Amino acid sequence: MTETALLSGPYAHEKTSVGRTMRLVIIALLPATAVGLFQFGWPAIYLFAVTVVSAVFAEALALWLMKKPQKPFLLDGSAVLTGWLLAMTLPPWAPWWIGVVGALLAIIVGKHVFGGIGQNLFNPAMVARVALLISFPLEMTQFLAPQPLLSAGAPGMLEGLAITFGGSAQIDAVSSATPLSHIKTELSRGIGVDQALQDTDSLWQLTVGTASGGLGETSALLLLAGGLLLIYLRVISWHIPAAMLGTLAVLAGVFHLVDPDSYSSPWFHLVSGAAMLGAFFIATDLVTSPVSVRGKLLFGAGCGALVFIIRTFASYPEGVGFAVLLMNACTPLIDHYLKPRIYGRDRKGEPLDYTKESGDA
Amino acid sequence: MKLFKIRGGVHPDDRKARSADRPIENLPMPSLLHIPLQQHIGAPAEPLVTRGQLVRKGQLLARSQGMISAPVHAPTSGRIVGIGRYPAHHASGLLVRTITLKPDGYDEWDDDCKGEADPFILAAEEIASRVAQAGIVGMGGATFPSAVKLNLRERYDLETLVINGAECEPYLTCDDRLMRERPHDVRDGVLLMARALGVSRILFAIENNKPQAQQAMREAAKDFSELQVVGLPARYPMGSEKHLVQALIGKETPARGLTAEIGVVVHNVATAAAVNDALRHGRPLISRVVTVTGGSVTQPRNLHVPIGTPLDDLIAYCGGFVDEPAKLISGGPMMGQPLPSLRVPVIKGSNGVLALSALEVRHAPEMPCIRCASCVDVCPCGLLPLSMSANIRAGSLEASVDLGLLDCIGCGSCAYVCPSHIPLVQHFNYAKGELAARQRAQHKQGETKRLIEARSARMEAIKKAKRDAMAKRKREMAAKKAAEAAAKVDGTQAAEAEA
Ligand code: SF4
Ligand code: SF4
Repeated sequence: MTETALLSGPYAHEKTSVGRTMRLVIIALLPATAVGLFQFGWPAIYLFAVTVVSAVFAEALALWLMKKPQKPFLLDGSAVLTGWLLAMTLPPWAPWWIGVVGALLAIIVGKHVFGGIGQNLFNPAMVARVALLISFPLEMTQFLAPQPLLSAGAPGMLEGLAITFGGSAQIDAVSSATPLSHIKTELSRGIGVDQALQDTDSLWQLTVGTASGGLGETSALLLLAGGLLLIYLRVISWHIPAAMLGTLAVLAGVFHLVDPDSYSSPWFHLVSGAAMLGAFFIATDLVTSPVSVRGKLLFGAGCGALVFIIRTFASYPEGVGFAVLLMNACTPLIDHYLKPRIYGRDRKGEPLDYTKESGDA
Repeated sequence: MKLFKIRGGVHPDDRKARSADRPIENLPMPSLLHIPLQQHIGAPAEPLVTRGQLVRKGQLLARSQGMISAPVHAPTSGRIVGIGRYPAHHASGLLVRTITLKPDGYDEWDDDCKGEADPFILAAEEIASRVAQAGIVGMGGATFPSAVKLNLRERYDLETLVINGAECEPYLTCDDRLMRERPHDVRDGVLLMARALGVSRILFAIENNKPQAQQAMREAAKDFSELQVVGLPARYPMGSEKHLVQALIGKETPARGLTAEIGVVVHNVATAAAVNDALRHGRPLISRVVTVTGGSVTQPRNLHVPIGTPLDDLIAYCGGFVDEPAKLISGGPMMGQPLPSLRVPVIKGSNGVLALSALEVRHAPEMPCIRCASCVDVCPCGLLPLSMSANIRAGSLEASVDLGLLDCIGCGSCAYVCPSHIPLVQHFNYAKGELAARQRAQHKQGETKRLIEARSARMEAIKKAKRDAMAKRKREMAAKKAAEAAAKVDGTQAAEAEA
């Protein structure tokens, strides 16, 4: 951060700032987060709080180590957002240290090692998520059916504390596979998609958010609404989400048409797992996605294709994190090759030459 | 008329309402006028008057020098009190050659200032030459000598004259007022320019945020089928010459080229009015309309001001400042220049004086780039401002040139939307300046090198000539010797034969 005397215009500025951008993304995440916290109750609330607070703490620590000013960077909201996004993808009843380790990984390894805000190649939340998944496969795959706050059988405030901080084994009693992993398991046992779908959450549950899944990933509808708000406010553009979801749906559609017994429907792909969250809030991460329109379309399509491939052919039931990280790695390349066309020049960068086209003009 | 799409652009808060309804007022004659000799792009004018001399209004003070230049005339009658150096109407505030004139209060016209009752009988060359003599330059801020542009017909196949009434910069209303108050004069100036250019199609483009101006010009143009008033969507930078042409005729001007290459010449509204005044009334360009506005100005106004008036006088006439302005700017807030002080004079290209409050400038500390791509989305030239700026900061100007730095029109849309408040245009201007300086240095170096090479080539040539001469002499000597020897042999043989 530097204060410069302006010697060149413009001497007017749109009402924007990094903080405003981050705040708008957080606002767009609020409804889906609220539903997630409500569905999974106190343990989820504790885990969420621990993760976000740890992210802010990690940011302060990193800034201190790098000798950067604290105030402007802590206030820009980027650390809160990173922690928030990470928490959204965690199993809701995961122990507290998953949140802490994840936040440290995201902020320190995912962000500050690269040089801080704007410099990171990979989405910090996804770096943390994938690292956690590989290091702690057990904790990271223990999902459960929703236990809405205040409902019968849901853990109260104190029980919640025991689950998040005390290592209570209560999760074993309620654990339930996410629809994606359920189908994967069933398919490997030779059971068709149709039948497998009957014993898991319905499409409707997946859409509104009463299904088993990551803390804030479950309500496809509210995530979609938040994403559309961001597009409307022009914080993100429509290109990445449209290309990502479109590619996922088309690929799933083709396979489903050919063999409906082994491949789930496109609708199921769109509303399950982290597809919506990923398309609107993770793949669109400003720092790690391409800047040109064509670049964004390619990036989104790549994410969509990889999600489908990983979900369908790899051993993991969900692939959003891996897909986004793989495409993040391609971003510099995409940015290099897919630049906008410069005014008055052709795509190769040569000045337009009208005489060539029309002969006489 | 169907318009074509242009890329990018922004919608800044236009804040024109503050001065748009204020009719043009004549500023009372100031006590001193400071008339710079260079108010245009090109060579400065050469003074023709001396200190103490009495001059009349409209009299030539300094003549144009060279192909691209413009003369300067006396804005009123009075005495020349100095020809010296005075702060320029420029961010640098450098001292530039300036004629100082003390008005005598009579405002008497020079006898030579005679117009043409019907200027439309004049030939194209004559119109262009009178425009040149009147010292008219592009009054939208570009200040390129207008006559040079009118003479483009000699080199290009021209079809269309575009009149730029977009006035897309926020705050400014001087062109708007001119179109509303003097539509017939503007129209005649436009028709005269079309005559000079030899074109039969005129597109008069006005942004849709100026409905009264559109109405007035349509009314004035209704008997002239060749003159079409076109409404443009209000968007910045609609008034950028090349983008305006693209919006109107759907063709992009080739990179680094002129709009004339695609058959179009663009002139500004105020320039058109000045052309009319020069041809019909014989008045050179000695005054102009300036919008004085901004949050810190007590009463924003549109003023008709003699060239050379210190900006202080304009502000004083508008009731001074409400509060200490955060920024003083010449021109609009997007592409205008900061002013070093209010002592500097109004020049031919000054379309606005803005005194902006801190709230309007919305300056904020700079943060790192978050690669949000807003700058890429709004750039009307299809550039990557974030990458150009990053390269410039890293010191590799060449890389930023490869990314298209020299195609940047400096419109400021990118910096306007940047959430990190990175002064992108400042980086670009720095790099462009630095490159120009390097090029000059290199040119100089190249010149020196050429001279040295020429010298060593000359020396080499002399040496070679000497060597050749030596060799020749040697060969000749050898030949002679051989001949002598042969003669001897011959002689001997002959003797032997005889014997
Ligand atoms: S200033 Fe240059 S880079 Fe920025 S938007 Fe305008 S043309 Fe594009
Ligand atoms: S607008 Fe600013 S922050 Fe966004 S990409 Fe451009 S330079 Fe970076």
